Amino acid sequence: MYRYTDFDTAFVAERNRQFRQQVERRIAGHLTEDEFKPLRLMNGLYLQLHAYMLRVAIPYGTLNSAQMDQLALLAEKWDKGYGHFTTRQNIQYNWPKLRDVPDMLDALAEVGMHAIQTSGNTIRNVTADHFAGAAADEIADPRPVAELLRQWSSDHPEFQFLPRKFKIAVTGSPNDRAVIKAHDIGIQVVEREGRIGYRVLVGGGLGRTPMIGKELAEFVPLSELLPFVEATVSVWNLLGRRDNKYKARIKITVHEHGIDEIRRLVEDRFAETRQAFNGADLELFDEIAAQFLPPAFRNVPTDAYDSAYESDPVFRAWADTNLWDHKAPGYAIAQISLKPHGQTPGDATADQMRVMADLARRFGHDELRISHEQNVVLPHVHKSDLPEIHKILKAHGLATANIGLISDIIACPGMDYCALATARSIPIAQEIATRFDELKIEHEIGDLKIKISGCINACGHHHVGHIGILGLDRAGVENYQITLGGDATETASLGTRTGPGFSAEEIVPAIERVVQAYLEHRESPEEPFLAAYRRLGMAPFKTALYGEETGKKARAA
Amino acid sequence: MPKAFTPKVVTANALLEGDVIYLAADDSWVRSLSQAEVLTDEAVAQIRLLDASARHAEAVGVYLADVAPSDEGPQTTHFRETFRATGPSNYAHGKQAEG
Repeated sequence: MYRYTDFDTAFVAERNRQFRQQVERRIAGHLTEDEFKPLRLMNGLYLQLHAYMLRVAIPYGTLNSAQMDQLALLAEKWDKGYGHFTTRQNIQYNWPKLRDVPDMLDALAEVGMHAIQTSGNTIRNVTADHFAGAAADEIADPRPVAELLRQWSSDHPEFQFLPRKFKIAVTGSPNDRAVIKAHDIGIQVVEREGRIGYRVLVGGGLGRTPMIGKELAEFVPLSELLPFVEATVSVWNLLGRRDNKYKARIKITVHEHGIDEIRRLVEDRFAETRQAFNGADLELFDEIAAQFLPPAFRNVPTDAYDSAYESDPVFRAWADTNLWDHKAPGYAIAQISLKPHGQTPGDATADQMRVMADLARRFGHDELRISHEQNVVLPHVHKSDLPEIHKILKAHGLATANIGLISDIIACPGMDYCALATARSIPIAQEIATRFDELKIEHEIGDLKIKISGCINACGHHHVGHIGILGLDRAGVENYQITLGGDATETASLGTRTGPGFSAEEIVPAIERVVQAYLEHRESPEEPFLAAYRRLGMAPFKTALYGEETGKKARAA
Repeated sequence: MPKAFTPKVVTANALLEGDVIYLAADDSWVRSLSQAEVLTDEAVAQIRLLDASARHAEAVGVYLADVAPSDEGPQTTHFRETFRATGPSNYAHGKQAEG
């Protein structure tokens, strides 16, 4: 894992010192809110419905145990004993007091963390595959590149006043778990004739105008990657629309000018940017990459795992849903679900954070990951340790066996917390999970991703949910629109709206009808929801939602 | 025809705590909607809003929110204001926990 250099430490300390003074000046009345707001946003501090909210960056979702322990300390000392992990692999604290925030930032700096560029019109926290460095299907660990991009983009003088925010995601695997096609820039590690390179996508994004990213370059060698990305952001920085914040993201620029024109402009600009890179970035990359070498894996028998799998059905159910193939023999990637049925997706208490930190320390080569699906990952665990790990998780409410199932719901904070929200998300997620747990059919349903956003900004990724739910305010009442057929992976697609929305009381039964229609129409239990939708189209689901007449019209259309 | 003026309260978030506050008739900021001053005259409401907005060191994001007067004090008319007045629905935090 990357460790802060003296430069990094000094940089963060200086920023924290500046922010402490800015807070003092604000409290003393020397700064108005208009003056203070951009300063607090630069440091991840929002003002939400009920309180301030501090968004802390977890670069590419990677944490060590000391960092997780410190996140627990912040939750306990300055918040209400919990934290909320987000779809951007960050953590948010919902209840800090303004006076305490400088202390919180200092506490984060002690473990090499900060909240810089988690807001504002800058390049945000770089996200990555949460199985990075562990997945069996990986070409190369995407995190050295993610860290290089993080360092390059942090306080980059040209990119502090971009037309709008800018998000970069990196995957090292052809199976995209980082939703790269819904990012401003998506980077995929690829291999060509034995050489590692980077496929660059541009112009993806969700929000009010969802777009799937387009390929800007098929293969960029490492030596050209930073100047190429710099050229891309630079072209958009000048071309992007500053007249209308809803049209300012690069997806609109790409859409308006066309990918070919953007590519030409980027190539022109690249001819200039590449001159400015003298190879220091490559030396830096080597230094970074050396810190992401795989841990020393053990080569021991997996008997303990095998016998627990045979004898303990609860462990077996958990292993079947929550484990993933690891590249090292005898190892597994273990996902810790933060989606117990009926609870808030992505929330963990301080105690739970400490338990997870301790598991990483004892069994997991000191590594943890936060997934964009709002779960926690132990990326490197030997199978023989899994029965013990599962026992500990179970004792702390962390052993829910539902990864990838209908109750593993992504939900943004929605109107329970967010000042931008138009409806609540969390209670809908809680009710859906509770309902399908009562029905005891979620394992029968299989792979089904529900994603819920409480407003059109789509933090809950509803456009790319197999079932997406968007909460809106319709004449002063919460109303929920359903989309079907979204996909967040390498076969990314945007969901299609089913039709009129449903009230808060109607939405859970409506989802149940969609699922029942799937169960009735699927070819076999092996055909997942998304495949069935792609084969069947909208008609049977429309019928299930709105009745026979509407379904007929959908078939005729 | 212009829309008839509906009763309002002045509301904001407190600078230090960040929580929801309302303007009372005595110019103090109060934590509970029930203690807020209900403004039924548009001109008065605009003046109260202007004066409250100038209190930079106390309040952030001052605005007028619709309410319906009742015997138990002002009641919210939109669900967003209801959440602001009570707290989130997933935990008993915020105003609802403060009593």
